[in-house]
Amino acid sequence: VIAAVNDSLAVGVLTQAVVYGTPILFAALGELLAERSGVLNLGVEGMMLVGAVMGFWAVQRAPGPSALVLVLAVATAAFAGLVMSFIHAFLVVTLRASQIVSGLALTIFGGVVGLSSYLGNDLGLADVPARYQLGELNVFGLKSVPVLGPIVFDQSAVVYASWAVVAAVSFYLARTRTGLNVRAVGESPAAADAMGINVTVYRYAHVLAGGALAGIGGACFSLAITPGWTQGVTGGAGWIAIALVIFSFWRPELCLVGAYLFGGLSGGLPSALQAHGYTVTPEFLNALPYLMTIVVLVLVSTGLARRRLGAPAALGVPYVREER
Amino acid sequence: MIRVERRLTQPRWLSVAVPLGSVAVSFLVIAAVLAATGHGPIHTYRRLFDAAFSGSAAWTATLISATPLLFTGLAAAVAFRMKLWNIGGEGQLYLGALTAAGIAIWLGPGVPTAVTVLAMCVCGYLGGALWALIPGVLRAFARTNEILTSLMLNYVAGLLLTYLIFDSASPWRDVSTVQARSFPQAIALKQSQFWSTITASGVVVPLGFLLALGVGAALYGLFRSTRFGFEMDVIGDSPRAARYAGMHTRRKILAVMAISGGVAGLGGASQIGDFAHVLDASPQGLQGSNFGYTGIVVAALGRYNPFAVCLVGLLLGGLQNAGLYLQGADFPSGLVGVMQGIILFCALGGELLIRYRVRLGRRAAVVESAPAAESP
Repeated sequence: VIAAVNDSLAVGVLTQAVVYGTPILFAALGELLAERSGVLNLGVEGMMLVGAVMGFWAVQRAPGPSALVLVLAVATAAFAGLVMSFIHAFLVVTLRASQIVSGLALTIFGGVVGLSSYLGNDLGLADVPARYQLGELNVFGLKSVPVLGPIVFDQSAVVYASWAVVAAVSFYLARTRTGLNVRAVGESPAAADAMGINVTVYRYAHVLAGGALAGIGGACFSLAITPGWTQGVTGGAGWIAIALVIFSFWRPELCLVGAYLFGGLSGGLPSALQAHGYTVTPEFLNALPYLMTIVVLVLVSTGLARRRLGAPAALGVPYVREER
Repeated sequence: MIRVERRLTQPRWLSVAVPLGSVAVSFLVIAAVLAATGHGPIHTYRRLFDAAFSGSAAWTATLISATPLLFTGLAAAVAFRMKLWNIGGEGQLYLGALTAAGIAIWLGPGVPTAVTVLAMCVCGYLGGALWALIPGVLRAFARTNEILTSLMLNYVAGLLLTYLIFDSASPWRDVSTVQARSFPQAIALKQSQFWSTITASGVVVPLGFLLALGVGAALYGLFRSTRFGFEMDVIGDSPRAARYAGMHTRRKILAVMAISGGVAGLGGASQIGDFAHVLDASPQGLQGSNFGYTGIVVAALGRYNPFAVCLVGLLLGGLQNAGLYLQGADFPSGLVGVMQGIILFCALGGELLIRYRVRLGRRAAVVESAPAAESP
């Protein structure tokens, strides 16, 4: 009976929702940190793609035991995302460029026909089988517990890491002095500056942290989900992550819920349906996450949430001390 | 000490000199990247230039690459000028291609070419405009972020194309032969439906390119000397001021989205009529060429000025064409995208010099006891 429950369609969808929601969760938490400090970064998709390709490169080339190689690969992906986000931080914080255009430029630069594809082809990573991958862990041997077993206890390490990051970001923003300072910088940089907070340093730090998390999000695809690298492997997950930040009213706990909702739609439902032998027009299933994102955005932007509940007041506005 | 202060007036020459300077800087950066990855910079630049702009064959190929970029660049420029971030040019171009191919198939080869061309243009424009109106309406009436909705619709449009050609018995699909039924493809246009070309000193100029230049000129006139264009600028610079002045912001959002999407849709029509002659839904077809996203680069580099957008479109078209021509082991795909990105980053950084004055010298508040020994 237990086996039947755990093989059912509902459990399958929920398990896959966690798998596919994890990269979106990492990227959304990163974007949330950057936006809380007042910087909009539309380059998430580009940073994820570069993170994905560099993470996979590290897994293929790094020496050592598999666990060490995988840790190294995730670190490489994070570093790649961080370097990408530095370009954005420099352009918008130091050079005061338009945050929207700079973010778009970052996505185009890193994107499907840009750096990620250049690196992937130049390093010979396309359609190569992965040496190692992040497998399911079977925590405490509870894999076969009904319902919760496959969903909660049989996931890869990045899933558990993402929960830790949610808790950490949530604690950081609500309970630490630096976290409160970040929120001040995002709400009113002039007031924060008057308090003696270095706005530039805070914005740089959080854009870079966001880039690193986006890179890890990309690595979830190339190390766990696919695993491997193909052109445009993230398939718009970076954009969904940006929508998720709006959907979660800039709160990390709600990001967790939203990520699994979008994860369920973008990968969970199609792969679970396929595994159970249902035939649904694939294009319709694939379009579902994008359409649902639009619906969710419309719901969030009308009605109760009309006043952009939770949006940092200084989001998207460059801070120039001389002009405050 | 470096000080940065806002310019009260922006000299005209700066808005030409700074972009040119930025492009020069970006070429140096790209040269460094090329050298670092083991390609000789001067040799690579030379090959790129020859493949793009040397001789009539190169120019013919460059115009083919540039035409869609002119359309998508102008489409993005119209919307971005009003700070309406329509990044759905990609999907709007697909829809334009879809509707234009549809009307051509419906009319059949017996109709005069001029009628076919006109019908394709009208339908392509409408297809793109209607697709753009989805995020437009949501933005105007529900204040939904148009960046995300227009982008999401790009993916949906791509899937729609795939569905119509590969997974359904749509009127676009060719089911006339056994081979076409087992390897799905769209109905191809007949010779008499191809858009005409003009040959000038060996260079084949497609009709779509001339149409794009016409659209550019029309937009230039719209921005420069109509009330509509003026109101666009006001709404873009200060939505609040526009509202106090009694401008109809909602109507303007809808109109601008329709124009932007329509121009991208025209690009799709031209793609079918001028070049592809068949609606290619495979990953190597329309969906692999990223015209819409490159159009954003073109618009940003042209600083949303239609004249400059056309010029930049031609240059980036040349780069794209050269990239395709040289693609191979020593010139991996993706390098062109990297180069475009670097050019755009440098141009964005250069914007600072247009809006701000950078001064080397003393600080504003000089300590009084310090002697007045300042450098000139």
